[in-house]
Amino acid sequence: MPAPQQRRIIFKHIDEAGYTNDLACYVRHGGYEMLKKAVAMQPAAIIDEVKKAGLRGRGGAGFPCGVKWGLVDRKSGKPIYLVVNADESEPGTFKDRYIMHQDPHQLIEGIMISAWANNVKQAYIYIRGEMPHGARILEQAIAEARAANFVGPNILGTAYGCEIYVHRGAGAYICGEETGLIESLEGKRPYPRIKPPYFPAVLGLYQCPTIVNNVETLCHVKHIVEMGGDAYAKIGTPNNTGTRILCVSGHVQKPGYYEYEVGKITMGELLNEVCGGPLPGRKFKAVIPGGSSAKILRFGETFKLKNKDGTERVLTVEDIPMDFDTLAACGTMGGSGGVIVMDDSVNMVEALANINAFYAHESCGQCTPCREGSLWMKKITTRMVHDKARAEDGALLKSVADQIAGRTICAFGEACSWPTQSFVAKFGDEFKAYPETKNAAKPPGALDLV
Amino acid sequence: MIASPKPDLVTVNVDGKEIAVPKGTNAIEAARLVGVDVPYYCYHPKLSIVGNCRMCLIEMGMPAVDPATKAPIMDPATGKQKINWIPRPQIGCATNAAPGLHIRTNTPQIKDCREGVMEFLLVNHPLDCPICDQAGECKLQEQSTGYGRGYSRYIEQKNVKPKRTQLGPRVTLDDERCILCSRCIRFCKEIAKDDVLGFIDRGSYSTLTCYPGKQLTNNYSLNTVDICPVGALTSTDFRFKMRVWFLKQTNSIDTESSVGANTVVWSREGVIYRITPRRNDDVNDTWMADSGRDLYKAVKAADRLAGIKVNGADSALDLAVAAAADLLKAGSVAVVGSGRSSVEEQFLTKKLAAALKAPAHLVSRVGEGDRLLISSDRNPNVRGALVTGLIAALPTQKLSALAAAIDAGQVKTVVSVGEDLVAAGLTAAQLAKVAVVYLGTHANATSAAAKVVFPTLTVFEKSGTFVNQQFRIQKFLTCVPGPTGTAADAVVLAKLVTAVGGTAVAGDLGSVWTALAAEVPALAGLSFSALPETGAPLDATPFAGLPFVEGETLHYKPAAKTAAA
Repeated sequence: MPAPQQRRIIFKHIDEAGYTNDLACYVRHGGYEMLKKAVAMQPAAIIDEVKKAGLRGRGGAGFPCGVKWGLVDRKSGKPIYLVVNADESEPGTFKDRYIMHQDPHQLIEGIMISAWANNVKQAYIYIRGEMPHGARILEQAIAEARAANFVGPNILGTAYGCEIYVHRGAGAYICGEETGLIESLEGKRPYPRIKPPYFPAVLGLYQCPTIVNNVETLCHVKHIVEMGGDAYAKIGTPNNTGTRILCVSGHVQKPGYYEYEVGKITMGELLNEVCGGPLPGRKFKAVIPGGSSAKILRFGETFKLKNKDGTERVLTVEDIPMDFDTLAACGTMGGSGGVIVMDDSVNMVEALANINAFYAHESCGQCTPCREGSLWMKKITTRMVHDKARAEDGALLKSVADQIAGRTICAFGEACSWPTQSFVAKFGDEFKAYPETKNAAKPPGALDLV
Repeated sequence: MIASPKPDLVTVNVDGKEIAVPKGTNAIEAARLVGVDVPYYCYHPKLSIVGNCRMCLIEMGMPAVDPATKAPIMDPATGKQKINWIPRPQIGCATNAAPGLHIRTNTPQIKDCREGVMEFLLVNHPLDCPICDQAGECKLQEQSTGYGRGYSRYIEQKNVKPKRTQLGPRVTLDDERCILCSRCIRFCKEIAKDDVLGFIDRGSYSTLTCYPGKQLTNNYSLNTVDICPVGALTSTDFRFKMRVWFLKQTNSIDTESSVGANTVVWSREGVIYRITPRRNDDVNDTWMADSGRDLYKAVKAADRLAGIKVNGADSALDLAVAAAADLLKAGSVAVVGSGRSSVEEQFLTKKLAAALKAPAHLVSRVGEGDRLLISSDRNPNVRGALVTGLIAALPTQKLSALAAAIDAGQVKTVVSVGEDLVAAGLTAAQLAKVAVVYLGTHANATSAAAKVVFPTLTVFEKSGTFVNQQFRIQKFLTCVPGPTGTAADAVVLAKLVTAVGGTAVAGDLGSVWTALAAEVPALAGLSFSALPETGAPLDATPFAGLPFVEGETLHYKPAAKTAAA
């Protein structure tokens, strides 16, 4: 059975020959027509369309965008801010960068439509510190759009205006957490805020109601305005609407970004057919489906899921449709769409050591379990790989991770503990065997450092 | 007194016990009220909530209601309203009392949470308790005992951080002990308004430090040591001096100004080692100024007066009292009382002045207030002098009235209760014109010139009361005995009153208070022993019109000045 075709909405023009990221090219391709359409609509009507579309956030948590907009405190008398989360930092995810680099005006149009819908007068694009090129492109694009009266005061001859500012981060993963991002935007250390009471929709940027949306999410808003919420909701699968960009990296023949209707392609189709299967002579061993913090799946494991009619179905990893709900039901998540593939050349202890090093480096250090636990897990796996491994380290790792998840200020607690929990749960045999395999591999005469 | 409005009470349930608490009370405080301990590190009742230590995790639930009808959903098993428990543990510090809030602290999940946080806090902690100043009053120690697992699974290298950073002139930091609770940062920002502390680096390598080029120099810096739950911030003065469990704690009052911050004086075998603040939500919350913590050094100062003298020669108390009485009975006496004296001493000073028909003066001390816990009136007890009737008007600058009287030849003898008349404003020539009877603790120009000198006691060596700027009477207690050759001011004053023919009164606290309660209207019905540890407000209305010098401080707002005519 051939794999389904990509359905490119966001990336419609990105790979077209001659498509450039300047305003003229964007307008030639119908750009900013939807903004013109939007400002002729009632703001509440746009919010309704987004709700009808069932658009779910593409940043990681998959929270319904319309619901998020609905939570905004509109009676406070304070300004409402729109903050674009362009701090794409999850290892394995590289979609927002392409949008900003190749099609920045699509993002700007999405921002302006969303700003109009929510009566936002100031929007901020918080872009990851490691993307200076993207920041320059955005600045340039905003300047063009402002000159063309798509951004700034009195857009398109209306009384409405909204400014967009680009703010560069300083290189911290935690700035992708929305309240950490807000703190950083305010000029502080990006310590995520406690919720309650600091829900961004009520007490966000400068203690004002704030909407924080992912880059890709805002781009979808443009297309919802174009086709209408009901039509958009028909794309994808129920409760998993629209398209999403899957970023495939690791041990496949053809890594890259692929845009599919949500849930219309399975993991097996994606990896074996779209991405060309494993490298020659290798076999798939494991895949992380939604960025490095998502729980890993082991090829060969099966999942028993309940159907709506009460019957059960059994899925292999290859059978899992790439949507939000099924991946969640399989104990992992669609996350940010970063699909990381590992084949049988990978040692799982070493892979986890790599991931743990990342999360220990990125823990902001605010709250105890994540701060101490992430570094402890890193020290354990580093010791296992570079020094002396013990048979009981797997169990210890799991116990440390269990003491973090669910007990921290922000979701980083889960992000740093889910890899460890899932690696140990699914590859416990490798963790147990690792001391012996490693000691066997140790060159003769190597020092025993512990 | 005006009854304070009743707070909006809500009923919450803590581990099955119901209690009514003001709405918004957090779960830690609500639990405290029913005797349930919720451990915490970063929470502080007087600072903002950050929820970073995660030690106060609790299970939280709310009564179930039908989403459509809002009708309560009953639990058939118990016959009571069903409770919807949130599966994730919540932080107690940020869980505020709402009607029907249920919290559980005694479940396996919470036990596991606390064990986890305790273990995490200790993995990179140096565990150098044997030589740590915080040992004995360390929250890590207490809560390890109460809530930890009791063993370590950590075999990795611990993080290495700076061990002795001098953050400022009075505070030394051991970063390895720091658990990054951020109390000190919040204190400097929110209370001291001197935002100099912060973290650098991230994750477990986060390190507390001052902003580049700045120091923790503000006069409240030692409060960061008080609120540090571990041994990270230490007092440079107290560091390595004494194990805290050997120290006796005595309640006292800061004498720096009319604020009257409540303090605890820590002593062992007659030697004071440190002074820390004592919580009083109406006066100083949980804070005090650094400057007040140094005052104990006066006790052992080299210039401490140590022998009763008559005309420069050693004498004995009764002989000196007789010699003083001879001077005083000659007439033309003025009495200089002190705003640093206790209410009891001022009362006896007034009796002495009355017996001698002598005018009473008070020395004014005015400085700049810091709007927090040091007021412009640097006397701790001017209002005591008003309440006891020692003075009727606020003291004038520089003893000008007394100086004029001396120059006019109307005053031949001056009794000074603890005041150096030269420092207070008299010239050396004016001082030379009068015979002086001096009661005081330290040598100065007045004690050197005095005919009779009674060495008396510092505030740390006696008990008594002060009336602060809010007309709150607060008591201080004897922390250490006075040195040989000293006598209590009240005893000397009582003997003088008797010797000059006034109504005989004894100088012990009980007798003085019997007289105070009988003779001073504002103190009627009060007794020293029954005064609460946090003091009692007195009726201030008789003095409402006086132009007090204090500006605003933490819990004091000056009466609105009437517009100048």
